[in-house]
Amino acid sequence: MKSQDAWRPSACLHHLKRRAEILANIRQFFSERQVLEVETPLMCQFTVTDPHVTGIPALYQSMGSSITRTLFLQTSPEYAMKRLLAAGIGSIYQISKAFRQGEVGRLHNPEFTMLEWYRLDFDHHALMDEMDALLQQILKTPPAERVSYGDLFRHYLGINPHTADEAVLIASAAEKNIPVSGTLPNRDAWLDLLWTHYIEPLVGQIRPLFLYDFPVSQAALAKIRNESQPVASRFEVYFKGIELANGFHELQDGKEQAKRFVLDLALRKELGISERLIDDRLLAALEHGLPACAGVALGIDRLMMLALECDQIADVISFAFDKA
Amino acid sequence: MAVYTTNEIRGGMKVMIDNDPCVILDNEFVKPGKGQAFNRIKYRNLKSGRVVERTWKSGDSIPGADVVDVEAQYLYNDGSHWHFMTNETFEQYVMDDKDLADAKQWLKEQSECVLTLFNGTPLAVTAPNFVILKIVETDPGVRGDTSGGGGKPAKLETGAVVRVPLFVQEGEIIKVDTRIGEYVSRVKE
Repeated sequence: MKSQDAWRPSACLHHLKRRAEILANIRQFFSERQVLEVETPLMCQFTVTDPHVTGIPALYQSMGSSITRTLFLQTSPEYAMKRLLAAGIGSIYQISKAFRQGEVGRLHNPEFTMLEWYRLDFDHHALMDEMDALLQQILKTPPAERVSYGDLFRHYLGINPHTADEAVLIASAAEKNIPVSGTLPNRDAWLDLLWTHYIEPLVGQIRPLFLYDFPVSQAALAKIRNESQPVASRFEVYFKGIELANGFHELQDGKEQAKRFVLDLALRKELGISERLIDDRLLAALEHGLPACAGVALGIDRLMMLALECDQIADVISFAFDKA
Repeated sequence: MAVYTTNEIRGGMKVMIDNDPCVILDNEFVKPGKGQAFNRIKYRNLKSGRVVERTWKSGDSIPGADVVDVEAQYLYNDGSHWHFMTNETFEQYVMDDKDLADAKQWLKEQSECVLTLFNGTPLAVTAPNFVILKIVETDPGVRGDTSGGGGKPAKLETGAVVRVPLFVQEGEIIKVDTRIGEYVSRVKE
């Protein structure tokens, strides 16, 4: 890139105009369904405990004071939106910026736009129905395909991802010719490797794929159903090699959520990454009572990439990270 | 040498992988929203020339390799070894005939080239993208042929054989693209 062009936008203006139309279309979609648009803070006291998501710190100083507080730019509006839900606001959506440390690439920008919404009395399947309607409206996609995480791994790799031990996953990666340098930290990382390197490129090419019922070790903030094979009521959306969304039938049990956060902290310690404080305001809201609901977050920039048939996220962002 | 984390690795960087010097061709960041981050790195082993793809856990480190490219002149070969001299320092380097690979078919004495040095020892030599060489042997052309068509093989003064249009004759001087081994044009003497 010539340096005299460094001031220019990353995306062409045509894409930015289409982007505005699509955002208006999304707001229309939720307005028709009486889902309320909300705004929550970008700068927060707490950040997530999830070992795979790192918040970007922001330093705050009171006027005239030398004491600096470390706040975090939000990695998603989930916790604040759940506090609104617990306060009784009803079904809500938000289109906001989210920030993640170190995530730059063809599909990643450290600052990105997220659409997150929550529907009262929906489970993850009902929310998938609504997600499908949104994708059909915005991307003109055919109806999505739904496959459970377990079925997909059994079909493509002949393994049960809920029960297979780490050695089986390592052998499967070797058998599918996925060369890895060194070792990966745990079973879930090997599942992530098999998914991203082997299965994902083979699925969701013609119609979106809704992948649901995740291993309980990846439940995050989803309910766990104790069926013959316990699974997490979580889903993800994939289309044309792009991970587009992640949703949960939301866990309402504050004590169970607190336990999972403590597990996150233990895993952080094991991985040698920085400690975090647990967001006790979220836990207090769950204790007060989160209404039964399902929620999902969708990457707006990636949605734009698919709508505008772009190859990299910078093509749909006014000023991508290197030009921000 | 410096050590890089996978997120600092860029195309063109020279690193040590499995004790061999390698050049990075591509580094793709792969990360599920709520899962393990990976770097899928494509590289060429500078010793074997093989292109390989391998995945690292994001944040792992890879040591840099002391590999530099220097401009040099090919001096002569003594039958088993090729001798070069760098343009800037006039230092002389010797390479074994078998290590020269593709480049040797394009080099004639006094040709400019690029020497890749690993820990101060020549690892590879790269011919210029374009070379001007004389045709020493080719079948007589067919009258009336313009460019296009099938062409014919022509042997050059360095021993390389390229396909040339039928109208190009023995003794003529031509420009060749060494990256693809193809005739570009005739050159007036």
